[in-house]
Amino acid sequence: MIATLIQYPLFAALLALVGLAAVFGALLGYAAVRFKTEGNPIADEINNILPQTQCGQCGYPGCRPYAEAIANGEDINKCPPGGEAGIQALADLLDVEPLPLDSEHGVVAAVPSVAFIREAECIGCTKCIQACPVDAILGAAKQMHTVIISECTGCDLCVEPCPVDCIDMIPQQESLQTWHWNLPDPVSRHVDIIATDEPQDDASRDRAA
Amino acid sequence: MLADYSILLISAILVNNFVLVQFLGLCPFMGVSNKLEAAMGMSMATTFVLTLASACSNLTYHWLLLPLGLGYLKTIAFILVIAVVVQFTEMVMRKTSPLLHRVLGVYLPLITTNCAVLGVALLNISKDHSFLQALFYGFGAGAGFSLVLVLFAAMRERLTVADVPTPFKGAAVGMITAGLMSLAFMGFAGLV
Repeated sequence: MIATLIQYPLFAALLALVGLAAVFGALLGYAAVRFKTEGNPIADEINNILPQTQCGQCGYPGCRPYAEAIANGEDINKCPPGGEAGIQALADLLDVEPLPLDSEHGVVAAVPSVAFIREAECIGCTKCIQACPVDAILGAAKQMHTVIISECTGCDLCVEPCPVDCIDMIPQQESLQTWHWNLPDPVSRHVDIIATDEPQDDASRDRAA
Repeated sequence: MLADYSILLISAILVNNFVLVQFLGLCPFMGVSNKLEAAMGMSMATTFVLTLASACSNLTYHWLLLPLGLGYLKTIAFILVIAVVVQFTEMVMRKTSPLLHRVLGVYLPLITTNCAVLGVALLNISKDHSFLQALFYGFGAGAGFSLVLVLFAAMRERLTVADVPTPFKGAAVGMITAGLMSLAFMGFAGLV
């Protein structure tokens, strides 16, 4: 058979390549079925980084769906509760450039805030309890509700459903646990190390001065 | 016999280093050397793929292409074989060993048809290596790649915090470092 094939080199080449392609295609197709895996291991790792507020500000119904979306190529900058630190961690994990937070999905609060229910006005409708993704609101039907501060993630999802608008987002009290040093002014990064005669923009000159 | 193989290894790792002497596989060398951890993963994946590619391409060439007199199809056949074998291994690894998959996973598809991988297959043919020689040569090429990638990544990690003059910041100083490393590796010429 080989002797016949060698007499027709073009036919042999075609047969060899098509044969290779067919065998490999069948092999890969078989492997795709035989070695099918459920779940995406990278989505688990992304899910571990996400803050688990389940707030839905990213447009997905929770952190796990957003983690799966990121694993499939969604942008990493749609999670306001995670903040810059979260985006940085995701960028490190996925080895991509960190992006600034997408303001369309909300902004990081300058100070972390917590929900506060003005208890005198609360009518006990339980709508905020259903909205809370982390079960931080305590109460029952026709009873006054209140927020467990240590559980509240500040996602403000409970503000919208309240029929009497008795929920405020108040900045978190600074305590020994939440206080931190402010980062130094980034002026040192703009100081020129070598001399240049290029015209500088005003902003950097102001900063240097 | 043993001496032959160790000479083959040393020549592939140091004397004819794939990256710094033959200038193959420069894209992952510059691209994945920003972080030491990523460089480690990449070097393990590359060593694995290079060894595998050497073996498969050798088998394909000697058992399929040569008997049919189709030596001129080796480039396209090798690309096909290497891509499929790597993809298949990735699938199996993902099912059977999630831990290994986590270490090598992302990098495996990246380097499937890297020039170093195709290069090792073609060099094996042009040097007329036997199957075992091809295996050693592929492994040596991978080990050499790993050695310089890890060295380079460690240096670049230090360079990011070093006080580099503004015009040389970033990729520029990386290129210069790579050039100096290449000069150093040229010093191994004549060792074997």
